[in-house]
Amino acid sequence: MAEPRIDVSIEHKHRPDNSDGARKHPNTCPSCGSHYRDDELEANLRVCPQCSYHFPVRARDRIAQLVDTGTFHEEAVDLRSEDPLAFFDLRPYTERLAEAEVSTGLGDAMVIGSAAIESEACELAVMDFSFMGGSMGSVVGEKLTRAADSAVERRVPLVAVTASGGARMQEGILSLMQLPKTVCAIEDLRDARCGFISVMTHPTTAGVLASFASLGDIIVSEPGALLAFTGPRVVQQTTREKLPDDFGLAESNLRFGHLDAILPRTELRPFLGRTLRLFSNGR
Amino acid sequence: MAAEDERQLRERLNKLRGIPLLRGTRLTGDAKRLQRQLDRIEEAEPSDEEMWRVVELARHSQRPYTLDYVERLFEDFVELHGDRARAEDPALVTGLARFGGRTIALIGQQKGRDLNERQRRNFGMAHPEGYRKGMRLMEVAQRHGFPIVTFLDSPGAYPGVAAEQHGQGGAIARSQALMARLTVPLVSCIIGEGNSGGAIAIGLVDRVLMQANAIYSVISPEGCAAILWRDGALKEKAAVALKPDAIHCLELGVIDEIVTEPQGGAHLNPDEAARLLGQALGRTLDELSAVPGAELREQRRERYRRLGIYTARPTQTALRSGS
Repeated sequence: MAEPRIDVSIEHKHRPDNSDGARKHPNTCPSCGSHYRDDELEANLRVCPQCSYHFPVRARDRIAQLVDTGTFHEEAVDLRSEDPLAFFDLRPYTERLAEAEVSTGLGDAMVIGSAAIESEACELAVMDFSFMGGSMGSVVGEKLTRAADSAVERRVPLVAVTASGGARMQEGILSLMQLPKTVCAIEDLRDARCGFISVMTHPTTAGVLASFASLGDIIVSEPGALLAFTGPRVVQQTTREKLPDDFGLAESNLRFGHLDAILPRTELRPFLGRTLRLFSNGR
Repeated sequence: MAAEDERQLRERLNKLRGIPLLRGTRLTGDAKRLQRQLDRIEEAEPSDEEMWRVVELARHSQRPYTLDYVERLFEDFVELHGDRARAEDPALVTGLARFGGRTIALIGQQKGRDLNERQRRNFGMAHPEGYRKGMRLMEVAQRHGFPIVTFLDSPGAYPGVAAEQHGQGGAIARSQALMARLTVPLVSCIIGEGNSGGAIAIGLVDRVLMQANAIYSVISPEGCAAILWRDGALKEKAAVALKPDAIHCLELGVIDEIVTEPQGGAHLNPDEAARLLGQALGRTLDELSAVPGAELREQRRERYRRLGIYTARPTQTALRSGS
């Protein structure tokens, strides 16, 4: 066998989406090409005013968009990943973690805490795709578990907002174990009769889709979000099937019965307020 | 069991490996079994070269599959077909059988032996319909108090258009959720490849038995190499990094027992491999049958809730790395 060559040029720090060759500014709408200032996008919840394309939202911004001002109290802030396998691909896992922490200002790919939405108390678990593709390792699994426990303790519903490429390979089999771990946490939540609303945002795939995210009493998504166990590229390569245009998208998932609703971002907060009121049932 | 014994064994394991593996995880089971496993670990984990050999053995075309064990271990096997909603999925075999004087429910992934059978069974890669058939059987088992035995041996859940449209992710999630609710004993045997969501879909159990040359991984070495190294040909490197072998899985608290295989691998002596697996399975079912159902379920959830390795530490973790 030929000596394996490693092409380091493909290893980007922030892995920009330049599939069409041009490196686009993050505030340029990939759908219609309109360009916005930060404050313009923020004011419109990071939805393109021209074509309604939904830009990705970081965890802290998402929390700010959803909760009543000043009601969010973060929990489990100090949790950090270990490197149980001493994992090394092109770079050590510890280095990737350090870089992600510096570039995102987050300890891992999920932020949890108590909050109120339209005056309804709830527990929030929000993922951030910018932290290693929102991958689920031991910390994300533990945080979701603690969020579920915190909801049970306070007898409030859990709201999860997911954005994830799946399990974090760098933690090997332990990352796969976060699937059953989060499933068990949600089962305990169900036993305690606390509601669970799952908001799947772009992208919610693989291990996260195949565990807690799919177990919501109510499951909703945003327009154009990719929600698939296996992404289109891998399906195309392994099966050589012709993929439908809307393969894996929220719209397709709604049609096949896997979602309760697709909500434009502007309607998400009122929707959560309404459903939280239903679950609290006048308590 | 004495907590002190367990602690001492774990300390020994820690020292032995010289890595802080067990900090966040927990090995389950009695001291005697821990000791037995410790003896095995002392034998030595696979070297980098041996790691790929293990992957090859786990996928060996002559390796015994689920039905080979069914034939050798079980009596009165009755296969049950169909998810009662849409389809029959031959990638997953389900049925009832007698084993050691009790009726058990079997759910096993089944690769094919020749080209025809491989195609019919989709190389052991189940669609959502397969997992739903499995869930149907789990409900039967729960109703009648039959222990459930699952056999894991698949490259993964099928990555196809129809599989996605029919809800592959949701089926895997709901199958796990059902397993977390059952009060009958649940045992998994990893007899070849335990891969990713396709494996854990029927792998949320009270005890996991893993054959010495089987693998259990979050992703196939090829898939991992393609994503992290951007080159699927670097599968050997990915296998070494993922550490999917039985000894590492045991260290991480993910499995409970390594089942010895005949010298050279299960394919060289399927009868002996079945005898060894049957022995471990029988012993495990005996142990679990003694535990009340509600307790089983609580311990099962507790087991998974403890899996993971992390620290509570502000920011310094990031700076410490270097290496």
